[in-house]
Amino acid sequence: MNRRLPALLAVLVMLLAACGGGNAATTTAGATPETTEAMTETTEAMTETTEAMTDDELVVGVSWNNYNEERWAKSDEPAIQAALDAAGATYISADAGSSAEQQLADVENLIAQGADVLIILAQDGEAIRPAVASALEQGIPVIAYDRLIEDPGALYITFDNIGVGRLQAEVIFGLVPEGNYAIIKGNAADANADFLREGYEQVIGDAAAAGTINIACETYTDNWDPAIAQTNMEQCLTQENNAIDAVLSENDGMAGGVVAALEAQGLAGIVPVSGQDGDLAALNRVALGTQSVSVWKDARELGRAAGEAAVALAQGTALADVAGVVQFDSPGGNSMTSILLEPIAITQDNLDVVVDADWISVDELCQGVDPATGPAACAA
Amino acid sequence: MTEVVTAPHETVLPPKRTWRSELGALEIDTRLLGMLGALAVIWVGFHILSGGTFLTARNLWNLSVQTAAVAIMASGMVLIIVTRNVDLSVGSMVGVVGMAMALLQAEILPGILGFGHPLIWIITLLAGLLLGTLLGGFQGFIVAYGGVPSFIVTLGGLLVWRGMAWALASGRTIAPMDQTFQLLGGGSRGRIGGPASWAFGVVACLGIVLFLFSERRQRRRFDFPLRPVWAEITLAVIGCVAVLGAISVINSYPMPAALAQQYAAERGIEVPPGGIPLGIAIPVLIALAVALLMTFVATRRRFGRYVFAIGGNPEAAMLGGIKTKRTVMLTFALMGLLVGVGAAVTVARLNAGTSGLGTSTELYVIAAAVIGGTSLAGGLGTISGAVLGALVMQSLISGMVLTGVDAPIQDIVVGIVLVIAVAFDTIFRRRIAR
Repeated sequence: MNRRLPALLAVLVMLLAACGGGNAATTTAGATPETTEAMTETTEAMTETTEAMTDDELVVGVSWNNYNEERWAKSDEPAIQAALDAAGATYISADAGSSAEQQLADVENLIAQGADVLIILAQDGEAIRPAVASALEQGIPVIAYDRLIEDPGALYITFDNIGVGRLQAEVIFGLVPEGNYAIIKGNAADANADFLREGYEQVIGDAAAAGTINIACETYTDNWDPAIAQTNMEQCLTQENNAIDAVLSENDGMAGGVVAALEAQGLAGIVPVSGQDGDLAALNRVALGTQSVSVWKDARELGRAAGEAAVALAQGTALADVAGVVQFDSPGGNSMTSILLEPIAITQDNLDVVVDADWISVDELCQGVDPATGPAACAA
Repeated sequence: MTEVVTAPHETVLPPKRTWRSELGALEIDTRLLGMLGALAVIWVGFHILSGGTFLTARNLWNLSVQTAAVAIMASGMVLIIVTRNVDLSVGSMVGVVGMAMALLQAEILPGILGFGHPLIWIITLLAGLLLGTLLGGFQGFIVAYGGVPSFIVTLGGLLVWRGMAWALASGRTIAPMDQTFQLLGGGSRGRIGGPASWAFGVVACLGIVLFLFSERRQRRRFDFPLRPVWAEITLAVIGCVAVLGAISVINSYPMPAALAQQYAAERGIEVPPGGIPLGIAIPVLIALAVALLMTFVATRRRFGRYVFAIGGNPEAAMLGGIKTKRTVMLTFALMGLLVGVGAAVTVARLNAGTSGLGTSTELYVIAAAVIGGTSLAGGLGTISGAVLGALVMQSLISGMVLTGVDAPIQDIVVGIVLVIAVAFDTIFRRRIAR
């Protein structure tokens, strides 16, 4: 037994690390402002009753579906926190690690921790509905953050995803007004994949119906996985014997896989490819010319809008009176009160936008780009 | 069995020459033949369904590259499963090792050595292999010396390594990769060209003949029964025809027009009318080399024999003086090393490191080993079977993509095939045992 003890301890450490693995960033990032906030509250509250302390404090609970993605930790969370700090509200959060079940429990926990308003990035817009309904019944407003939750009682804050699709298609359609198109869509279970596709339809639908554009391949991609997108693109090129003139890829990660597949056929930089998210690697591809457009949704804008709306809702503002709302007809037939932000299409012509916003450094943007022939942003 | 019987005390019965006995003389694994048959059915089926695109040189070339990474890792998984263990952490290890290699070559080393330095790729690769071996060995240590079930240890690993893959770069996508490193993944330049492929084919052919020859000499030396000469010759011919046939198929896939122009312009030559053959992709060569080495280790080295002995009967192996714990730990370290190779190929192929790299790869790797005839009860399994298993699965997946079957249906089909393959194998084994 004694000889086994160290090994058992090692496993214990491993398992603890495993439990902490996904959440570590969230808890530390979330805990610091929370505790400091709580401390200032306490000093202020010393003179008041202890009950007032918990009641007056404005607590905003954020339920992340999966913190394991670059943008949430880097952009969205700090932006939400900054907006809350400005209003003197407290930030608490939970990470569901891509599990819809876990997220249901997370929402309950956040309510139990005293959240006055919830911001939910849904793993599954359908599965989360019972938790949302129960929160709304308890008088806790809910913000559907970036992903739709089909409950008209919730405030839907997102970038206009149909607009993102439209922007992508406009750039590509401008470059290739007729010919064979390949469409690489995201995860089939994610409503955004279909919103983007709808945006494409608005731009190329007529040309496709008229037959000047032929949609040669169209596939969903499990989990938006770049490696799967690469294989799908390879198969598409094989099937069409390289006769593909343009690729509409719904995001930057998959665009990376698509460009790798085109590269293997010597077509990278010849066949226009779209994407979105403003991934650093993708912006570098835009500068290199192997990707035509990355639609950039400044996640900091989204975070700020959500933070401000959360504070307004918690202070008792009615859903329809929150600044900047419009009505959005959801695919589920609900009229959602929504805040739809405008994305920006980043092409070689306006790369300075992302540099000026400190989103990417010139070095990262222009790695491997020949300053003589590259875009203006890399000329320096 | 009639011509050359040198075993001195063999009772010579005139054997009936049925096709079964002749197959016996060839000593070909019937299970392997069964898999080849299944593969043929899948290939021809998809060829018809896809309207004649599946069995083209181009698609087969794609298929070979797409299979490489899983095949590499499946050869390690065979040894793990043979010792009655399992490694569920493979996919996550690909993530963390791949991410480490991506960071090293895209962000760390260029800062020290300068962008595009010729040493970057090799330092990156060696560091990746070392990291993989260490992670694998660490898990193996806990399994072997801690006595913790491998299922649990590697389940923990699955979570830990995935989390670390994310933490290494806060989930960013790291790209692009070093130019030389990219060759490991195939891609536009990662292949060896037509003449080198033929040379490789000829060497492989000579290798087969030499192998058969030396094996025969070994058998004679130890008075083992020999194959009849006709069987030896048949084997040599089949082997050579298969190798050279595969090479000629691969070489009939010319470089894509855009690349060929570029290639010809760089060298100041004209593009010949038939095009310039691409040749075998480098990741495929790596996979073949790994499979060969692993087969050698598994069947010809003491380590390999220990692995199978442990799998057959752990107690007996231990009482027989085999250092079972050390051997088990080494199988996990070896698995980690191969994960390093697989991760290098995957990262180079995608030309990017992402925190989700390799997600659910462990399932494909385990499935490849099991479809390839590795018994979860331990003690049985071959590397060649696992490589074929990987090929069968990738054929199914890319065939379904080619025929426009969408992702969820693909999962359903692969799942069903996995169960059917193992069910068949179990029934087959039971009949053999009788």
